[in-house]
Amino acid sequence: MFGAPRRRLGERAIAVGLAAAAAASVLVTIGIIVSLTGETLAFFADRAVKVGQFLTGPEWSPLFSDPQFGIRPLVQGTLIITLIAMVVAVPLGIGTAAYLSEYASPRVRKAVKPTLELLAGVPTVVFGYFALTFFTPKILNDILGLDVAVFNGLAGGIIVGVMIIPTVASVAEDAMAAVPQGLREGAYGMGASRRQVSVRVVIPAALSGIVAAVVLGASRAVGETMIVLIAAGQVPTTSLNPLKPMETMTAFIGATGKGDVPTGSTGYKAIFAVGFTLFVITLVINLISIRFVRKYRQVYE
Amino acid sequence: MTTTSVDERPVPAEDVIGRPSAGGHLKDRAFKAGLIGLTSVGLIVLAVLLVTTFLDGAPSLSLEFLTSFPSAFPEKAGIESAITGTLWLMVIVGAVIIPLGVATALYLEEYADVNRWWNRVIEVNIQNLAAVPSIVYGILGLAYFVRGPLSLGRTVLAGGLTLSLVVLPVVIITTREAIRAVPPSIKEGALALGATRWQAIWRQILPASVPGIATGVILSVSRAIGETAPLILVGAATFVAFNPTGLDSPFTALPLQIFSWTSQPDEDFKALAAAAIIVLLVILAVLNGLAIWLRNRYQRKW
Repeated sequence: MFGAPRRRLGERAIAVGLAAAAAASVLVTIGIIVSLTGETLAFFADRAVKVGQFLTGPEWSPLFSDPQFGIRPLVQGTLIITLIAMVVAVPLGIGTAAYLSEYASPRVRKAVKPTLELLAGVPTVVFGYFALTFFTPKILNDILGLDVAVFNGLAGGIIVGVMIIPTVASVAEDAMAAVPQGLREGAYGMGASRRQVSVRVVIPAALSGIVAAVVLGASRAVGETMIVLIAAGQVPTTSLNPLKPMETMTAFIGATGKGDVPTGSTGYKAIFAVGFTLFVITLVINLISIRFVRKYRQVYE
Repeated sequence: MTTTSVDERPVPAEDVIGRPSAGGHLKDRAFKAGLIGLTSVGLIVLAVLLVTTFLDGAPSLSLEFLTSFPSAFPEKAGIESAITGTLWLMVIVGAVIIPLGVATALYLEEYADVNRWWNRVIEVNIQNLAAVPSIVYGILGLAYFVRGPLSLGRTVLAGGLTLSLVVLPVVIITTREAIRAVPPSIKEGALALGATRWQAIWRQILPASVPGIATGVILSVSRAIGETAPLILVGAATFVAFNPTGLDSPFTALPLQIFSWTSQPDEDFKALAAAAIIVLLVILAVLNGLAIWLRNRYQRKW
């Protein structure tokens, strides 16, 4: 039934094959780092580009005849959009998590969670369409009476925030659900109300997981491309006004990569230099988030 | 916790055990109402998005729209090449992520010794890859698949490989969960009867976890076909008036067509974008429904 004795060799071969597949995932990361680093170095090898100018220069116009390579407008655009998104997603995501974990009946939870997953499953290009054709003209302009441009950072930021609600809510809810029931019962035993248990026991006990949820959400917001490319515009600026168009790092990469960029051209190298910056920023954010997740798992498991 | 409720009115005795009262205290009620309000915002936005997009796009939906190629004239334009492109991408992504994802998940769950540093590196690496922005994968695809080592050009194969890498971490994570859901006693029973490690995996663990794995794969494929940003970089064109004929064929895809039409200032094209969104959302809904059905129908409770 279990085959010939030669199987030991086959067993080893299978183990090696599976390990090779697992190692391939590491190759992906190495591939990303090598390709980004190589072209980024080539970008700086160009006499026109200096590292100092890249990091601090206030103007980004790599494709103009008199090119300027200061990445500050793109980083600033990314930060503003992310900030707006977090102002939206943090209260909504954590509120949703607290409701689902502490208040909702099993029936309500069973209905709300899959619906939130639907929200998470909407492609970002659809959110971009919604931000541009409905949210900016109808909500921001008509209903709120804001004097917004067709492309503006505010609409992009708010819709990015909506997009990451499910991410924040689901990680935060996991953390709250992992708080041992004994802690809640202890508080109830001392006469606490459900609100007091939520705010003073569950949320503090789940704090590292909630922080992880927020950090993960921020990482998604920083890396989001389609919503900002469609709705926030493609104008690199150092203006802080979110009612005007702005450009993020991701939107620049998308807008420049849209055409057939020749290998080795300045535009091609600029994509990699901006991509490198984006990758480093999200890598740092992700590692922080992974650390926090590990912390809350250790405490209660 | 030691200071809990000292400053509040005592809760009636019957409420101390079991559920404390939701009514009675105004603050408690307001808090609950606030949480419900926060929870409903996301759901309301989703509803508004679906309704407005449907209203924008429904008038343009027709059989002709589904069977025409892109055109400079909105009344003649359609999404046949985008639909076929998306189908090609689905097949390629499935063919890449099923073997690679399942093998990696099996290694991590059944073979890897977590005390070895390289296995921890693989774990953290996958967690990090899951959070790398999809456009960065697009850059990787541009550098390695379209140009560079593989030099596939702007083909449907290059696009499919790039999307496979985007969703690979998701497949690995969901497959690991499916494998972990099979109780260890099943494997131990097989091993006790003299099965080798691989025989126990191949004849017991894998068959038992197939529904979970299939669910994860379908959800990953549905995420892949909604991705736009990586495809922009690997150079899928938006004006492709023919269906892909092979792996080396140029292509377009639904999300790209949507992006392209959304970027047109002309309102007629925006309506086409909305109609294409409806088609994309229907495809995604079918895939997700299939995944949920599989999960409910075949998932075993041990």
